[in-house]
Amino acid sequence: MDFSVITNNLSYFLLGAWPHGPLGGAALTLVLSVCSALASGVLGLVFGVALAMTHGAAHQALVLFLGFFRAIPVLMLIFWTYFLLPIVFGFNVPGVGTVIVALSLIGGSYLAHSVYAGIRSLPPGQWQAAAALGLGRVQALRYVILPQALPIMLPSFLNQWIALIKDSSLAYVIGVGELSFVATQVSNREMVYPTEIFLFVALLYFLICSSLELGAGAIARRYGTAAKPT
Amino acid sequence: MIVIENVSKWYGKTRVLDHCSTRIAQGEVVVVCGPSGSGKSTLIKTINGLEPFDEGRIVVNGVSVGAPGTNLPKLRAHVGMVFQSFELFPHLTVIENLALAQVVVLGRSRDEARTRGQGYLARVGLDGFADRLPAQLSGGQQQRVAIARALCMDPVCMLFDEPTSALDPEMVGEVLDVMVELAGEGMTMVCVTHEMGFARKVADRVIFMDQGAILDDCAGEAFFGDPDGRPERARQFLARVLPH
Ligand SMILES: Nc1ncnc2c1ncn2[C@@H]1O[C@H](COP(=O)(O)OP(=O)(O)OP(=O)(O)O)[C@@H](O)[C@H]1O
Ligand SMILES: [Mg+2]
Repeated sequence: MDFSVITNNLSYFLLGAWPHGPLGGAALTLVLSVCSALASGVLGLVFGVALAMTHGAAHQALVLFLGFFRAIPVLMLIFWTYFLLPIVFGFNVPGVGTVIVALSLIGGSYLAHSVYAGIRSLPPGQWQAAAALGLGRVQALRYVILPQALPIMLPSFLNQWIALIKDSSLAYVIGVGELSFVATQVSNREMVYPTEIFLFVALLYFLICSSLELGAGAIARRYGTAAKPT
Repeated sequence: MIVIENVSKWYGKTRVLDHCSTRIAQGEVVVVCGPSGSGKSTLIKTINGLEPFDEGRIVVNGVSVGAPGTNLPKLRAHVGMVFQSFELFPHLTVIENLALAQVVVLGRSRDEARTRGQGYLARVGLDGFADRLPAQLSGGQQQRVAIARALCMDPVCMLFDEPTSALDPEMVGEVLDVMVELAGEGMTMVCVTHEMGFARKVADRVIFMDQGAILDDCAGEAFFGDPDGRPERARQFLARVLPH
């Protein structure tokens, strides 16, 4: 094993061509992940609440819409948004934006169902008690239901976000220079050290994912007492 | 105060309320009893609009519950309800449970809401429990907090749906004591309960339900003191629930 290939290209692995060129490597993976984690979280919350508050035809339409995004492979959605967004909006969307949109839509539709399931997991008596005190549906959701449901949903969010970090590697298909992309580049250029390179890349993904888990664990402990069910 | 006129309700093809009519006056304490599945919970929940109904009319404090334009949250804010399973909000402390609706619904300041909450906590005998979580209280204590939570809203009447039937026997008394005290203070109360001792003590009127219909609606003394004047079903029911 010769890890000099890592040290020699370290800045390229971590930052891509930055500061002389566009940001890439692990840093770009991080940017893609954070942006799509936030966006998918917001989408998941909005659509999950919408699922919980709608009935009948509107509800079915929403389920169908979300099912569509859960059914198509991430890779395909990245391709689609890459070629469709320019047609729909009439201007070129940069690759990074495309990937964020695709990952957020997919992550958001998965999370919507987790949020919906979390809301439904609470006993109906909690809605009734809130209503009996004069709270409207939105107030009940905000002050009574979501504060109890969100801690239940945390593991689902975590799973989804970890999946999303790994899916960000699919950005390579449209030439976005994130971690996997630059790793492949270096490997192709150097030719002889694929083991070292991909071991190192695996380590980086592992570090990113575990720091997310550690962070979430800390949050869960901090708010854990309040989340205990009766 | 509460007028219920010819109220009927169906779940699909089954009729769960069958032309129910009664009037409850200001300050009156009415006990609703009857066998399981007879529609007691359903009837009491139509009063604050938690259960919609298909026919008839319900007017609470001059407001028609079933009418299309009725602001139900506004009506419910002043109709207290206590549930069999307490339904405290488990993520909030006791005092936050008491303050939430006061702040969010009535627009009181946090301080005012907490002060008022402390007052009602003392009244149900739970001084010093303000900062506990519901999970740290016994069932009887939780139910007393639930009563205090409803009282904080200055209700014009209180609805109780089997408030003691989820409790261990030794805790029933402490909750009933609070209810007896409330009745003594002139609160208008509708209580679904099988506690016939309580009913005998405080009920101005007893309503007996069976299969969705009100079969008997009479003064408390008559219900317990005049078995021969009761309908057959009510007599059978009484024979089962009253100790011999
Ligand atoms: N969501 C529902 N769908 C269909 N039927 C229902 C529903 N809720 C209640 N019922 C039926 O309505 C009838 C009345 O129920 P309700 O809960 O009002 O009875 P209850 O007198 O309160 O009984 P209990 O003493 O067991 O609490 C029952 O026959 C019950 O099976
Ligand atoms: Mg009932």
